[in-house]
Formats: sequence, C-alpha cells, structure tokens
Amino acid sequence: MNHETQSERKLTTTTAEPERTRGGRTYVPAVDILEQGDELLLRADVPGARADDIDIQYERGTLTIAARVAPRGDANRTWVLREYGVGDFVRTFQVGEGIDAQKISAEVRDGVLTLHLPKAESARTRKITVRGG
Amino acid sequence: MFALQRFPFTPALELRREMDRLLNTFLPEMFEPTGGAYPALNVWEDGERLVAEAEVPGLTLSDLEILVRGNELTIQGSRKATNGEDAVYHRRERGTGEFVRHLTLPTEIDADKVEATLKDGVLTIVLPKSEQARARRITVKSD
Repeated sequence: MNHETQSERKLTTTTAEPERTRGGRTYVPAVDILEQGDELLLRADVPGARADDIDIQYERGTLTIAARVAPRGDANRTWVLREYGVGDFVRTFQVGEGIDAQKISAEVRDGVLTLHLPKAESARTRKITVRGG
Repeated sequence: MFALQRFPFTPALELRREMDRLLNTFLPEMFEPTGGAYPALNVWEDGERLVAEAEVPGLTLSDLEILVRGNELTIQGSRKATNGEDAVYHRRERGTGEFVRHLTLPTEIDADKVEATLKDGVLTIVLPKSEQARARRITVKSD
C-alpha cells in the first residue's frame, strides 16, 4: 500500500488557523493537487465531514479549507485499540496568482472534498495557430 | 458550492489559538503507532459488543471486504486512483492501492450478527460478542 502513515501526519497540528474558535485537536488532511485542463483540482480526505461542516476561504492567494468533525462515540468508552484521533481538519495553501476566485466550486462525497480552482484567463495557455504563407 | 467567508482577526482568538497549540504540545493524546498500516483502526468495547472504526475516505462498501472468524477481524480492499495516469500532480499524499488488516480481538464474535456501515468515509463495524464470551449477569434478589 502506497500510503504515508495517516495517523502520524494527522497528528501534526496546523498553526495557520486564525478562524478557529473551538477547542480540541485539529488534523491536517491528506491532499492531492493536480492540474487538469483549465483548472487546478484539489482533493482532501475529510472523513466524517459533510457539506454543511466545510468552510472554504480564498483571499489574496491564500486558500484555507476547514472541516468540522463531530466527536464519535462515548468519550469514556473502554478502548481496545486506539490508532487515530477524531477532530476538525484544517489546512492552508498558498495558491499562485491566476485563479479565478469567483468560479471556485467544491463538492464533498464519501468524506473526500473536491475543489475546482479554475485558472484565470491570463494564466491559461493560449493555443496559437500558425498559418502557412 | 460553499460560501467564501471572511473572519475578522481578533487578539482574543489569537490568544485562544496559541493556548490550544501549547496544550496540544504538552498534553498529546496517546495513540498506538500503526507502522504505516492502512487503514488506522479504533476499537472499543460497548457492553456486549465491540465496535471497530476506520477512516476510509473515498471508498464505497463494494471496495471493502470484511471477514470475521472467531476472534479474528480482517478488513481488506483497494483504493483506486481517482485521476488518470496522465494527470499532472503538484502534490500527491492520498495513498492508493490494495490493503489488508488483520486484528485479533479480545473476545469471540458472533460472526452472523456483524454489521458494517459506511458513512462520509467512516467505516463502522459492530461486532456482537458470542454467547460464550458474554459476561453472565447474575441477578441478586433480596429476601
């Protein structure tokens, strides 16, 4: 399995979260960022979060995704094995210039958040047709 | 579609954030190292049953196979790459491929009554203890 140790990475507490107003631990979600046609695509693992739990901010090239995750199960339960913690997911990215902020869209499905970041007109590769003379 | 929100910066929030950060630094929760095993598992006891939970974002029940035999639990499956091989990755942290986890539970399980649900990328497996494994309740009557 080509997978980094999920629980280890999640234990890294992010420091870039000025909007946080609740207590508890936060976790850094694993992401894929890729280029596809005229957009950047960001996928983040946010298990336990639904659409209403997710806030996305984009301001001056800084993209922040925050997903609230409610605690699951009785806090005083008897643990048999405990390999990961449950809490909010927060992560901030610096996005290079050239994103059309008005056209950013997102959806969440099965605990995976997908963000579409369309490139601004100026950042798109222009195709120039060369005519023979 | 999500609303883009802006939050005002306030010194009080900043202080709270700093306090949380310090507390998290000094009082970390204790977790068993998984040694890279996927998925990470949480298992707890809930009366006459055990509950196993795993975070498997992006998977559906058809991607997973759950086997219970005696006190052995096996979770296996595969996580497919969502994008074509020609995709240009700037960052790739989400693992793909096949996985299997075996776990020996502290009690025998009634395999016929095991139930698994998958919701928002969280797999929950309810494992009722077998009849023999259940603690006998003895009612004490008063005279």
